[in-house]
Amino acid sequence: MLRVCWKGAHAAARCVCGKVKAHSLQHCRKYTTAGDSGSTAGKIVAASLLTVGGGLGGTILYAKWDPKFRANVEKSVPYSDQLFEMALGPPPPPLVPLQKKPGKIEPLQISSLSEASKESKQPKAKAKKSDPAPMEAPPAVEEAPAPQTLEEASAEAAHIISALGEVPSVPAPGTSDESPPGHMAAGEECKDHHEPVLKERPVEEVTARLAQQDKAEQDALAALTAGLEESLGSTAKTTLQAIGAQEAALTAIAAHTNKLKDAMDSQTPPDEKSAQWKALNEALSERTRAMEEAEEALLKAKGELEKLREVINSAKQSKIDTARPQILAAEENLHSMIVDLDKVVTKVQTAQTEAKIVSQYSELVNEAKAQFQQELANITPEIQANWKGLSGKLSADDLNSLIAHAHRRIDQLNRELAEQRVREQLHIEVALEQQKLEDQKALERAVVSALEHSREDMRLEQEKKVQEVREVMEAEMRTQLRRQAAAHTDHLRDVLKVQEQELREEAQEILNSRVMEQETHYRRLTQEQLDTFTLDMNAAYARLKGIEEAIDSHVIAEEEARKAHQLWLSVEALNYTLKSAGADSPTEPLEGAVGVIKESCAENEFAQALATAIPEESLSRGIYSEASLRARFYDIRRLARRVALIDETRNSLYQYFLSYLQSILLFESEQVPPPAKLAPEDLDTFKLLAYATYSIERGDLELAAKFVNQLRGESQRVAQDWIKEARLTLETKQVISLLSAYANAVGLGTTQAP
Amino acid sequence: MSEKELGQKWDRCLADCAVKLGTGLGLGIVFSVVFFKRRTWPIVFGTGLGLGMAYSNCQNDLRSHYVLHSKVAKEE
Repeated sequence: MLRVCWKGAHAAARCVCGKVKAHSLQHCRKYTTAGDSGSTAGKIVAASLLTVGGGLGGTILYAKWDPKFRANVEKSVPYSDQLFEMALGPPPPPLVPLQKKPGKIEPLQISSLSEASKESKQPKAKAKKSDPAPMEAPPAVEEAPAPQTLEEASAEAAHIISALGEVPSVPAPGTSDESPPGHMAAGEECKDHHEPVLKERPVEEVTARLAQQDKAEQDALAALTAGLEESLGSTAKTTLQAIGAQEAALTAIAAHTNKLKDAMDSQTPPDEKSAQWKALNEALSERTRAMEEAEEALLKAKGELEKLREVINSAKQSKIDTARPQILAAEENLHSMIVDLDKVVTKVQTAQTEAKIVSQYSELVNEAKAQFQQELANITPEIQANWKGLSGKLSADDLNSLIAHAHRRIDQLNRELAEQRVREQLHIEVALEQQKLEDQKALERAVVSALEHSREDMRLEQEKKVQEVREVMEAEMRTQLRRQAAAHTDHLRDVLKVQEQELREEAQEILNSRVMEQETHYRRLTQEQLDTFTLDMNAAYARLKGIEEAIDSHVIAEEEARKAHQLWLSVEALNYTLKSAGADSPTEPLEGAVGVIKESCAENEFAQALATAIPEESLSRGIYSEASLRARFYDIRRLARRVALIDETRNSLYQYFLSYLQSILLFESEQVPPPAKLAPEDLDTFKLLAYATYSIERGDLELAAKFVNQLRGESQRVAQDWIKEARLTLETKQVISLLSAYANAVGLGTTQAP
Repeated sequence: MSEKELGQKWDRCLADCAVKLGTGLGLGIVFSVVFFKRRTWPIVFGTGLGLGMAYSNCQNDLRSHYVLHSKVAKEE
């Protein structure tokens, strides 16, 4: 439809465009084109908007009407669902097929109750029009129970079916007898299949549970039967009572009616009239009493029947199969009681209608009489009410007036009669109609009740049949179960035998493996023990060895320490001998001390090497002290300065004289700090001597010796010895310092920290 | 002691100078008296001779270290 709309829109647009074009063609001759194109564009826009709007509106309206179309559009066009929701509200929910639930079991409608209660009040009330109303209401009420009873039967069938765990089927009214038994049988089988699905419980538990269940069932059954019997008894009693009361009411009504009829017949003499009226009143009161009693009894009976029905329902719900026949019997009793009650109630009703008619008649008569009396009273005011006994006291005028009145009345009555004869037919027709209606209603009522009763009968029959079939099935089930049990026991026996074998083998295997395990375990443990013992022994031995070694090393260390100490002492001795140098004489020969050192560190290669590194001269002759060397240096210096010019090329006496002169005339500082690096111009004698002097003044003999060593020529020759001595001293000092450092180090090394 | 060597050399030199001088003088005088009729020239000559010899000795002594000594290698 949307496409159609679109096509239409396009066509419309084209048409409009065509029209607009035509218009523009026509109008362009008369008007300017500028405004024209604008108007045509506007027209095109307007037309397109209109078509679009129309299409949308049409779609929305149609969607509102047809939800399927709406769904289609929503599926095909995106965002259309939002538009529809805005315009029309949320889409209608999808239709779900309604399930017809089984109707509740309505309380028993003993249809005559309302009628009876209303009817008993009828003679008191004067309104006639309320009569047809309750007559209509009960039939309506009856009609409601009638389908209810139908549904009742179907509901019960559905109950049975649903109780067996089958799918709850929708029970059709007036279910046939074939379907429930079939369903039941299937249901029972289904129930049996349910049980294997459950876990299997141990045997004792199962038997215990079964026994428990049986006992519970028995108890429940006993309770049920007791309850049923009790309620049945009470219900029967009350029903009988009610029936009796109703019959009594019936007789009372009949008596009252008869008496009323008799009273209406004014054939009896007057004195008996009063007695009759009294009797009538008595009969009326008796009737009312009887009616009330009957009503009460009826209510009671109804209550009891309700109770009985409830008990039966609860019994049905308890689902004990063995109680079913009793339940069925109770239901039958109930049904029969209801039937009887109904019959009696109908009888009472008919009697009541009769009584009504008679009472109506009597009322009419009374009314007429009263009216007549009133007229009479009006005409003859002096005469009292009981005019029958006052015939003698009437005067002629009174009599005349009476007779005139009577004549007038007779005329009136004749006229009325004539009228009545005329209207007879109409009245008869109306009456017939009324009667027909009433007959119909009564018929309907009777039919309905008869239908109810017949339905009830059928249902009970059905239940009986169901019960019988159930019993048969139960018996068969039992035999099958017995067979199955037997097969099961055989199978179990075989299986048990096989299992026993298997288990025995398994157990044997397990035993063997366990034994082996234990053996290996034991062996492993012993081995472990041995190993641990060996380990411990080894560990102990190792520790012992360690201790021994430690002691030895300790001893060694001690030895070392002692040696180091010795060395140190000897080195100290050597140092001491160095101090023995005099001003110009050398020290004592260091031989002894060095010998001692050599002895004290016989194994120490380093010390040995050092000791041997000491120059021979120092050993044999000793060395000069630094102070002496220093003093000697100044002599050297003087001399070296004097012979500064003398070398292998210049060594004549004249040169000697010149160099001597130079040394006198050259003025320079005695001490010059030597530079870090010696340049070639620094190798001048005087400079060197200045550096050497500086160094020696600072105590750096080595550096001084180095500088002095750089002297060349005669200066060198002059300083030769000094250099030698200085070298010796330096060497020895170095070796000794090394030795002492070594001794110190060894001493530190071997010193045990406290 | 190498520093004493020079002093020693000078001592020797002086001693030698004295000796040579004296000896030269003496011989000069002798010769002058004996052979050359008391002329002074032999005294001067003798003294000069002595002095020169002393100077030369002194110089040689002082130089002795630096003088290269050659040897004729034996043919073997």
